[in-house]
Amino acid sequence: MKTFLLMCLEFFKTGLFAVGGGLATIPFLKEISAKYGWYSLDMLTTMIAVSESTPGPIGVNMSTYVGFEMFGIPGGILATLSLVAPSVIIICAVAKALKQFKDNPIVQGVFSGLRPAVCGFILSAVVSIFLMALFHVDAFKASGAITDLFNWKAIILFAALYAFSQWQKKLHPIVIIIIAAAAGVVFGF
Amino acid sequence: MKTLWELYSAWFRMGMFTFGGGYAMLPMIQKEVIEKHHWATEDEIMDYYAIGQVTPGIIAVNTATFVGYDVAGIPGGIIATLGVISPSLVIIMIIAGLISNFSELAAVQHALKGIQVAVCVLMFTAVIGLYRKGVKNVPSFIIFAVAFVCSYFLNISTVLLVIIAGAAGYALSVMKQKKGGNNA
Repeated sequence: MKTFLLMCLEFFKTGLFAVGGGLATIPFLKEISAKYGWYSLDMLTTMIAVSESTPGPIGVNMSTYVGFEMFGIPGGILATLSLVAPSVIIICAVAKALKQFKDNPIVQGVFSGLRPAVCGFILSAVVSIFLMALFHVDAFKASGAITDLFNWKAIILFAALYAFSQWQKKLHPIVIIIIAAAAGVVFGF
Repeated sequence: MKTLWELYSAWFRMGMFTFGGGYAMLPMIQKEVIEKHHWATEDEIMDYYAIGQVTPGIIAVNTATFVGYDVAGIPGGIIATLGVISPSLVIIMIIAGLISNFSELAAVQHALKGIQVAVCVLMFTAVIGLYRKGVKNVPSFIIFAVAFVCSYFLNISTVLLVIIAGAAGYALSVMKQKKGGNNA
């Protein structure tokens, strides 16, 4: 029981201090492993791999996995709820304040600077995933042959899916995800 | 009650089909939150992302709480958050309990490579849409370009960049007002 509460407290702390994406939780989980020995670093590596290959935010997947390994189903649920609790409290407070000051010219000025910046951050994420999914940067660096740079199968799938999504603009993104997953399995990506 | 159920089920779908982090959820958010339910505008989602960068917690969760709160107050914030984490809870516990080598299975790896390509397509379309809506003049283009270069090439902390961009936005709006005042 004591360990259970301690685990919830540690995840609450992670949720409170990990600023940014789900990957920001990983250093905290390493620290917990070193401090309490609840799981080994080897296990953590497996958990990261599974969290990245299943749907859902990575941080949420990680906390569910760790909690489940420690205390079964109640552990998985409580670890995740502890992780998101600080967000829910903080964001509800921020959302309330934002509602009140939405029409304030200072707030509007600040957000007019933030929106294009967020667009830049997202472009940066897009470039990273393009390089990972459509190109073989490592193979190109190793051989120096320009033909090794392109992941042709993936580029053809990209072109086909893009054309399809432009033709069927009302399509739900879920449909594109499912088609691509099936194509990956069928053509052995 | 109906709204709360809609919030839960929409965020459940988004959690279920998002692979990766908060930005990969953007195409789903555009479809479900902006187009289908009209819970937020594109600008508001950008604002939530910016706030999510500088507040603690996972960005996808923060965005869910934000939209939920806006639609139905504190219960809305809680329900939307529960919706976005529910698929993870179920899927991870099934995999952790039953399949020991899940991420090494050949079919899983092939499917994931395919899904990566789909995420490219969806994110590409999303970022073009955002650029057209959000980057309309020279100052906003400069902020956009600097934010991209600093986060992609220079690995500068996003928290710092958000603070600088916010300050720049404020300074620009003050300059604009002064100019407007002089003309009048």
